[in-house]
Amino acid sequence: MVSELINANPIVYEKKERRARSVPTAVEEYAVEPIDQQEVFDILSLQLFWYGLCTFKNPEHPYSLEELKEITEDAIEVDDQQSYVRVLCFRITFTPTVEHCSMATIIGVCLRVKLLRSLPSRYKVDIRVVPGSHASESAVNKQLNDKERVAAALENPNLVDMVDECLAPSYD
Amino acid sequence: MAERSQLSHLIESFVDSSRSPTQQVEFTQYVRALQAASLDKIASLVKNDVLTMEGLVREMQMYLTTTDNIVRARGILSISYEVLDGMVVFLFLADWKALRGALVGCLALMRRKSSAGVITSTDAKAVAESFLQNLQVQSLGQHDRKLCFELLECLLERYPNTVTPMGDELIYGICEAVDSEKDPQCLMLTFHIVEVLVQLFPDTSGPFASFAGDLFEILSCYFPIHFTHPRGEDLGIKRDDLSQALMLAFSSTPLFEPFAIPLLLEKLSSSLPSAKLDSLKYLSSCTSNYGPERMAKHARAIWLSIKDALYTSLQEPTLSFTSESLDGLVFQENEIAKEALTLLQQVIMQNNGLFLSLIVEDEDINIILNTVPTYESYNDIPLQGKLKLFAAGCILSISTKTSVACCNMIFESFFPRLMEILGLSEKNLSGDHSPKDNYLISKRLNFGALYLSVELLAACRDLIAGSTQIACKSVSTYETSYCMLHSFSNLVTKAFCSTLVTSTHDADIYFGVKGLQILATFPGDVSPVPISEFENILITFMSIITVNFKKTLLWRLALKALMNIGSFIDRNNESEKILSYMPIVVEKIVSLVSLDDVTMPFPLKLEAISGIGTSGLNYMLHIIQGFEEALFANLSEIYVCITLNSSNFFFINNLTLLFGTKETRIHDNGVFEEVLLRFPINIWKQIESCVDFSVPEKELLDAMMTAMKHAVAFCSEESQNEIIQKAYNVLSSSTSFPLKESMALTIPFQLEGLQLTQKMDNLLCRNEWILSLFASVVIAVRPQTHIPNVKVILNLFITTLLKGHVPAAQALGSIVNKFGKSSTGSEISSDCTLEEALDIIFQLKLWTHQDNGALLRCSVNGSEMGHTDLCQAVVNNKLPQKLAITGLSWIGKGLLLRGHDKVKDVTMIFLECLLSNGNALPLSQHSLENSCEQDLRASVMKSAADAFRILMSDSEVCLNRKFHAIIRPLYKQRFFSTMMPILQPLIMKSDSLLSRSMLYRAFAHIISETPLVAVLGEAKKVSVKYLWQEAVVDNAHLVINCLTGLIAYPHMMLVRETAIQCLVAMSELPHARIYPMRIQVLQAISKALDDSRRAVRQEAVRCRQAWSVLDLSYLPLMLFYMCRFSFSCPVGINCIKKSSFLNDAAEIFRSWVLLAGQSFIVLFFGPITCLVSIVYETLGLAFRH
Repeated sequence: MVSELINANPIVYEKKERRARSVPTAVEEYAVEPIDQQEVFDILSLQLFWYGLCTFKNPEHPYSLEELKEITEDAIEVDDQQSYVRVLCFRITFTPTVEHCSMATIIGVCLRVKLLRSLPSRYKVDIRVVPGSHASESAVNKQLNDKERVAAALENPNLVDMVDECLAPSYD
Repeated sequence: MAERSQLSHLIESFVDSSRSPTQQVEFTQYVRALQAASLDKIASLVKNDVLTMEGLVREMQMYLTTTDNIVRARGILSISYEVLDGMVVFLFLADWKALRGALVGCLALMRRKSSAGVITSTDAKAVAESFLQNLQVQSLGQHDRKLCFELLECLLERYPNTVTPMGDELIYGICEAVDSEKDPQCLMLTFHIVEVLVQLFPDTSGPFASFAGDLFEILSCYFPIHFTHPRGEDLGIKRDDLSQALMLAFSSTPLFEPFAIPLLLEKLSSSLPSAKLDSLKYLSSCTSNYGPERMAKHARAIWLSIKDALYTSLQEPTLSFTSESLDGLVFQENEIAKEALTLLQQVIMQNNGLFLSLIVEDEDINIILNTVPTYESYNDIPLQGKLKLFAAGCILSISTKTSVACCNMIFESFFPRLMEILGLSEKNLSGDHSPKDNYLISKRLNFGALYLSVELLAACRDLIAGSTQIACKSVSTYETSYCMLHSFSNLVTKAFCSTLVTSTHDADIYFGVKGLQILATFPGDVSPVPISEFENILITFMSIITVNFKKTLLWRLALKALMNIGSFIDRNNESEKILSYMPIVVEKIVSLVSLDDVTMPFPLKLEAISGIGTSGLNYMLHIIQGFEEALFANLSEIYVCITLNSSNFFFINNLTLLFGTKETRIHDNGVFEEVLLRFPINIWKQIESCVDFSVPEKELLDAMMTAMKHAVAFCSEESQNEIIQKAYNVLSSSTSFPLKESMALTIPFQLEGLQLTQKMDNLLCRNEWILSLFASVVIAVRPQTHIPNVKVILNLFITTLLKGHVPAAQALGSIVNKFGKSSTGSEISSDCTLEEALDIIFQLKLWTHQDNGALLRCSVNGSEMGHTDLCQAVVNNKLPQKLAITGLSWIGKGLLLRGHDKVKDVTMIFLECLLSNGNALPLSQHSLENSCEQDLRASVMKSAADAFRILMSDSEVCLNRKFHAIIRPLYKQRFFSTMMPILQPLIMKSDSLLSRSMLYRAFAHIISETPLVAVLGEAKKVSVKYLWQEAVVDNAHLVINCLTGLIAYPHMMLVRETAIQCLVAMSELPHARIYPMRIQVLQAISKALDDSRRAVRQEAVRCRQAWSVLDLSYLPLMLFYMCRFSFSCPVGINCIKKSSFLNDAAEIFRSWVLLAGQSFIVLFFGPITCLVSIVYETLGLAFRH
């Protein structure tokens, strides 16, 4: 992969508290819990609740994206109004840690694949780079949200390997 | 020169040979040898002036410098010491390389015991002088500095008379040496040196006086101690040690006073909490050492600082009135306030006139007192006002507590004012009593005044209580306060009582209760509160307990106060007060519970009674006695008139509760023991005297058994012997139990057993009571307790357990568990050994088993009998087998707990039952008979499988630590690892569907009762994994079909979640097997991604990840989920139970699905899929209704 880390010494932030799992009572059994911001956030950062570890690795660093503040809960917008089929807007405005980040695209693709695999098919995923955070912001945005280009990118076995590696759960 | 080389040779030979380890061990001998040989020569050389001392030491110097071994140094120096005392002086002249050795040597010499020869004072003086002249301590390394300080310390402590005349020079030298020292270890020494030094110069006009300022300046820069030493370097010195040492140095001489006090007062105003805290501590220490004269001039400044420290340190009032502790200041956690108050007490004690006048005349306190009337209730007072009020309360309380004179003065100055604010002034007090009694407190008490007067009362009470030993004498001395209290006590009591009733404010109630409690806890003979007032207080509290139970806080506080009063008078043996306490509180409480009074909630009654009971042993005994009386009065009622009212349960539950909570007190108290003993004995007497039994209520019997067990369990060995003897007498006198030893064996007994079985339904109620209670006694006794006539009792229990009497089985389990083993492990002789007992049991059990086979054969062969008759026979004989299995499982549990080998035999019997193959039976032509038999066989097998649950689970009713069972550590793990290798092959080999499923059931029981760690550890082993994997792999498509169906199961989240988790686990199976199902699974999962429950969605994400990658290893976790599922399923049972017409479905549900560990495995076998579909439908049905 990259011989030298581009962002060699990132600032690492503390992770947020997770919500505790509760056993449903008889009344709660049929209650509907809509998909919300935190859940999507958890999908992106926390897969195996009993391993209790973040899995979404930044390809450059062994930290999870949350620890690097690449994604925060506030940066996620979710709308899960009706349970029946409806085109919903879902968008992550993600912030690359450094400008000219060559990995921005890869992180973006990872996020997209992860969400595609984890959310119901009714969701539309939109991934954007926050304005001003990246040198070639519009180019990256365009690249990330172009279905065909993403599909084409995923044809590339090297890229798929890398994405899968990023998405693989960590056991440590 | 010749001599010199000879000398070198002598010395060299000594040093060289002393280096060799073998010689070094015999060092002392060597020294002696050297003394004998070489030393004489050296000494003669010196004496003859052939060799100067300097020459000798110079010669030895290189050896001295090379040594860092104290022993060697001491050895060498000892030699030289014997040669010439003066040589130590020279050591310091040696160059710096030799310094460390020299220091060590000097130190060793200085510290020598008198037996080894102390160096003379001239030498000490020489050392001191040399030290002062030659050493630049601060230019040395840390270790050398430490040695220097140790040497100095040693000089000062051991040769005070020698060094004192050195005067200025010494002090100056020390100042120079210790100046700007930074190492913690050295500092500890430095501070101590200063402390010792000033003791050498106690004279205020002596040489020290002129240096005091300088020396203090050196010391003062360390205050407050700022300790930044890294924690990693563990020097064994903490900040507190340093602070303590510095404090001793500070307060060592009054000469420091002009420098120390201003510094401390200045640092007191620092914002650093540790600085404040240290300042206060140092001030306390200095105050006591500097003396009143010197401190007097600082009095005002100190007082202001204390006040300031108090005001600023009391932050937000953390006062929570809901806290039920009625004692102690509320700011106890605040260390600064605590230290400030300690200091205040110290200074008042030293100079009470001065400080008290300062307090009494203090503006702030007066302002507080003046503003108090302006705020009626606690909530009206602004925060700042509250803080000031509490600070004032603390100040007054501490100063009152200090001494009798202070108490008088404070009371004189403040108490009338407070009373006036409360509206209880002298004007309302006319001389005679009648208007006093009629006096009504019309308005609410002012909170501030209430608080302050309660603080004053508390302080006064503490003072009196603290001086009870001199009480009789000192009553007269604090007349003022005493008289004042005495004259006001009536009014104050009334006022407080009325506050409790009228006020709704937490704060008022809190202090009202506290005030009353204080009034009631003045020590008896010097109490200003007459006994009639005491009784009034108790009555008020009791009325709150019985009537005002809806005001939770008030009720709890009142109970707490009653408990405090109770334990106070119990502790101080105040007989007069106990005399009023007993009838007013204790008896009332007892009657409260005995009455069928439904107005007061039962839990509150229990709380009250256990509260009062715990506050004193006498009360406890009284209460138990009261209970007993009430209990037996009602028991006989039960027998006579069958009326069972709920109150009976109350007593029994109460007793259980009390026995349960009093564990700590019981063992060391004879009186209690007696009461405890009386209870079971009385029950037995009651039963003995009662012949006419009506149908007893089951619950009553259960409660009685529980009470009996607990009472017996708490008794000592002797008492238990007595109880069991009594019980045995009752049992043997009862005619319905044939207590013969002869009935133990074989066929006669078999017949008898059958007869007894017939008689089972007719078992008299009285007998059931006797037997159950006897079983309870046996369950609860200690291992050492002697059970009379064990063989007979064993037989009795065996016969009764065959009638379905579970307590008998449990008692049998207890007997075999505790047999012949004391808690210390030593064997106890008995009339029957464990082996004999087990023989008796197993002969019978084997009979049960074999006979059962015989019966079966008989039933098959005897087809000439009518169908119905045959079935009946099977029913009749299968039932005891089931019961026998249950009984055997309790016995097995007893054996398992103590780690006895026979438990293997027991499990083998169970396994045989499980394996007794239904298919092996020749098929009967009669389908009715056959199906009937099959059902019975299944139920027997089921009970055999469930026996493993009994074996493994923890029981509340018997065989636990409370009932003195002998429990070997890790018995579950051991059993688990023994059983796994046995069960696995059995399961794999088993052809019969039924027995295989039952084996799985047993397997599931064992797994779910074993600690998870052990299970997971075992699950990692190949054998288990292989077992599970094989079963799953073979039927992967079936399993996955079922699981994907269950993912959509709408009625229970847990089912969906577990199904998905199992799918995750399945993704680990060989790709070739599961890859064809991949699409199916992913489709099902993609629906689950949109599940309404978050937990399910989370699992779905994980599952999808696993299946889209297919390289995870989860199988051991599958076991885990199955266990978890089986634990959480009682919810499901309850749901189904509600719809009563689905009982049958529920039964299937229970047996096939709820034990998920079993069910999922069962799912994997082709022919069972139909059953699965039944279950599946049942689930749907159950939840639809």
